[in-house]
This record gives sequence, C-alpha cells and structure tokens, in this order.
Amino acid sequence: MSSAHSHLLYRHGDSLVHRLPAHAKLLALVGFMLVVVATPRDRYLAFAGYALLLALVAVAAGVPAKFIATRMIVEVPFVVFAVLLPVIATGPRVDVLGLSLSEDGLLAGWNILAKGTLGVVAAILLAATTDARAMLIGLQRLRLPARLVEIAAFMVRYADVVVSDMQRMRVARESRGFEGRHLGHLRVIAQSAGALFIRSYERGERVHLAMLSRGYAGAMPLVEHAPVAGRAWASVAALPLAAAGVAVASGWFA
Amino acid sequence: MHVPDGFLDAQTSVATGAVAAAGIAVALRKARDELDERSAPLAGLTAAFVFAGQMINFPVGVGTSGHLIGGALAAVLVGPWTAVLVLSVVLMIQSLLFADGGLTALGTNITLIGFTTVAVGWLVTRAMLAVSPKRPSAVVPAAAVGALVSVPAAATVFVLLFAAGGQASLPFGPLLGTMLGWHLLIGIGEAVITGLTVSAVVAVRPDLVYAARNLRPVLALRQADGTLINATPSPARTGRAGTSAGGRVGLRAVLAGGALATALIAGALSFLASGSPDGLERVAESEGFADSARDHAFGNFAFADYGEIAGIPVGLAGLLGVVVTVIIGLAVFRLVRRRTDREENVNA
Repeated sequence: MSSAHSHLLYRHGDSLVHRLPAHAKLLALVGFMLVVVATPRDRYLAFAGYALLLALVAVAAGVPAKFIATRMIVEVPFVVFAVLLPVIATGPRVDVLGLSLSEDGLLAGWNILAKGTLGVVAAILLAATTDARAMLIGLQRLRLPARLVEIAAFMVRYADVVVSDMQRMRVARESRGFEGRHLGHLRVIAQSAGALFIRSYERGERVHLAMLSRGYAGAMPLVEHAPVAGRAWASVAALPLAAAGVAVASGWFA
Repeated sequence: MHVPDGFLDAQTSVATGAVAAAGIAVALRKARDELDERSAPLAGLTAAFVFAGQMINFPVGVGTSGHLIGGALAAVLVGPWTAVLVLSVVLMIQSLLFADGGLTALGTNITLIGFTTVAVGWLVTRAMLAVSPKRPSAVVPAAAVGALVSVPAAATVFVLLFAAGGQASLPFGPLLGTMLGWHLLIGIGEAVITGLTVSAVVAVRPDLVYAARNLRPVLALRQADGTLINATPSPARTGRAGTSAGGRVGLRAVLAGGALATALIAGALSFLASGSPDGLERVAESEGFADSARDHAFGNFAFADYGEIAGIPVGLAGLLGVVVTVIIGLAVFRLVRRRTDREENVNA
C-alpha cells in the first residue's frame, strides 16, 4: 500500500526464536492464529492471554515494542471499518455517551480489532525473526509445490531490483518537472508502469536464458536439510498449545 | 483490500483456504501452456512487477486511496493461469514477509484478489475482444473494462463471504450497495491505469501482451511487381514484426468506455440485486420481529433497500447511486487535491 512494502521486516538477531526453523515457526503461528480466530468474541480474558503470549515471544526474540507498533499501519483501513461497525450494524441498541450504538456491532468491531491486531503482531514477529531465504526454504519443507516456491524465490530476489527501477523512473520524471496532480497525468504514470513491465519481462527472459546456459533443466537443485530436532519442535509447539490452554481456561471462567 | 485475521470466522477461512489450494493446483497445471517454456523466472519477475505496481496509489476519497490490484492487468499481460499464480505468490509473500493480510485469511485473500479479479478481468476482456475489431490496440479498451468490472466483482464476493462468515449482522443490501459504489470508484482508477499500461506495452512490444497474441496482423510482403503476399508467421514468437501496428487509444476513449460500462453494470446489476427482501429481512417479517428493527439508521432513506421505495425503481436507484458516488468522489478528490497541494497525489 505504501512504500513500507519496499523493505523487508526482517531484523537480524540471534535469539531462540531466530534460530528455530522457519517451517516450524510458520506451523506454530498458523496453529496459534486458528485458535485465536476460533475463540468466541466475548471471552475478553482469553484475548488478554493471547496478547501476553505474543509479548513473551517478542521479548524472547528481542523485538522492541516500538518496532512492532510502527509496522502495524497496514491494519488501519480495517480499524476504520471496526470503528464504524457499531454505528451501521443492526440489532438491539445501547446508549454509549449519548450515541445509539448497535450492541452486536460493538462486539463485532471489538472482535475484528482484537483478532486483527493479534494477527498483525504475530505476522510481524514471524517476519522479523525469519529472513526471506529461510522463509522460502521453510515453504519448500512444508511441501508447497516446487514451482510456486521457485516463482516466490524469483519474486523475492528481484522485487528490490524492480522497485528500485520504479523509483529511478520516478526520480527521472520528477527531475523533468513532473508532478502528479491532474487525473490526466495518470497516462505518464501508466507509461512508466508499461515500461516497468517490459523491463521486468525482458529481465526475466535474460535470467531464464542465463539459467539455461548453466544447465537448468526445469527444476532447481534441492538442498537436503537436517531433520528438525525434537527440542525445536517442543519449543515451537509451546505457543499454540499455550493459546489452546488459554482458550480452554477462559471457557471455565466465562 | 487485504483481509486481516479474524475478519471472517474460522469455518469460512478454512473453506476459502481449500478453494485457494484447489485453484492454485489447477493453475499450476494450466499455466504450463501460457509461458513458452516452464520458466519460473518470467512468472517471478511478473510477480515482482505486480508487487511494485501495487504501490501505485490513487486517491479515492477522504483518507482513502485505492491502490492498483493488478489482477486484470496481469491476466491480460501474461495470461490468466500464470496471473493466478503470480497474484497468489504476491499475496503469500506480502502476508509472510510484510505482515500485510492475515495468515489465516490468506486463502480468503487469494480467493478474492488472486482468483476473482483475474477470472472476472480475463473473462470480461475476452468478451470485449470478441466484439472488437481484430487488431492489437483493441486489447486496450477491453483490458480497461475488464479491470473496471473486476474490482466491484471482488467486492461482491467479499460481501457474500462476509454475509456467510462475517461477525456482525450488517444489512446485506446497503452493505453491498456501499461496497459496490466505493469499489466502482476504485475500479475506475484500476481501469484507467490498466488500460494505459496495456496501451504502453502494446505500442512497444505487442508480442508480450498475452491477450493480443492472436490479434497481430499478418506480415505482408510487397513484391517487385507491386502485389502483396502474406508471409505467414511461424507459430513461434515473431511479434516484433507487428510493432508498427500497436496503436494508442486515448485517455478520453478509455474514460468514456469506462463510464458507459459503469452505468450498464449499475443499471443491470441492481435490477438483479434485490427484487425480494433478503433472507434476514424475510425471516424478520415472517417471525414478526421486523418492527424491532425500526431504528435502522438509513431505513427511511429513499434508496435504502435498492427496492421500489418512494416510487423509485431499482435500476434507477442503482444508477443514481453511482452518479451520486462519483460526484461526491470527484468533489472530495478536488478538495483533497487542493489541500495536499505540495504532496504527490497520483504518484508511484
């Protein structure tokens, strides 16, 4: 959505969370998020428990709170929607500070806010502790189709090249006095986009030919990896298991 | 448009995840015919291009800017199946490495953005091409209309998913109306950028535009005695021969076509939209608790249910909705533009 896209979230470090294999972390995170999403929205204590678990992971990974907070902007459009929900939803209404709000809408807005925020924070923690290469190897080890992983690998490898291509074009436009202020100026932007596509495609052709000339026969060589140690699995499983525990415990109190 | 975690319930997330997995499996098989060899670099670079292209923002209204989705654009440029793969990979990487779009909502996002925009964009483009003159430049308005329709189509699928697995009881009709109106505006931005981008590529390398593959003119040779003979091109890529044929289609033509299509969609779709009360309303009526919903915020508003309220028929209501939305959008756009004089509004 913004230029925040152009640089990765990865933070170099050497914590326990950094050292865990990517596919194990990915599985743990999906498990954790499934528990969160499946939690009934009126178990407020459970969500506090999940937030505490994520805070523990953040501390273990050495990711500062400010780093997480500044990268939560991606959530903003849905926060707006969550805030609007109590006003536009139907059903029985309650008076809050003189406003007639929908009870159901309030709960739904809270639900989206809580689960969405937990999801974003969890995803930031994963991205901050796993570099792109490790993530791709992780996807491969999760038996994602090889071709898909290959496409993703090329995308990750060349995203910076293409984005900086685009930024160079912007610098060139602006140094010639261009300002995108009129709807008609979209033509100029779109021509840059067209040129960007041709450059990217031709670069792809060159890369492909270079690979063919180095003996590429349709599949990248696979690197064998050591099996994941039992202890690593145990520490990874701690997060979703703790979340499930919180969910069950909150059921007793509810 | 990237749906976060918890927006839809767990069942819907898992169901759309299954749809996404099945769709990608089919696309992996079919995409082999589209790119000449089985070349991941081309698809990967196209994914990087779509990723960069999604940074192109255009203002829609107060505080909101739409960004290019690129589904229809990718389908027209590299073919629909490759486009599905490309968009899915972009969404996956955005979710994993950029925390953009929830992990458990990845299936939903792939279904919405990866499948719906590509499929609708491609089918509409094909339909437009079927009735267009057979030359490469015809692909430009076709792609623009495809892009225009693809965005509200994705919004419609989103509303349907929200109705199935959303966490709030929003009135279906008004929600659909609001989403459609808003996303028609975003669709117009998408259409203009898609059309002009395709136009720029067609003018330089028409051989790279997948949708224009069969539209290239046959190479004609003039012999010494002045007669023309057709030199049939080999089925391999001979596209550079057709370079001169890539004509430009002006911004005005793209805009006019877009406006016409918008009006058509709004008029036609809203006739289909709700002739009868939706499920919840009907239940409410038959159970006799419709009275308790009296204080619904827009209930007395003339167009609230897109039905025949205050004597205004459905289609006209939809059409008026679009006109009003566009007028408000333009007014807001002007306002925002004036205010952010020094900022770049329409820039990458």
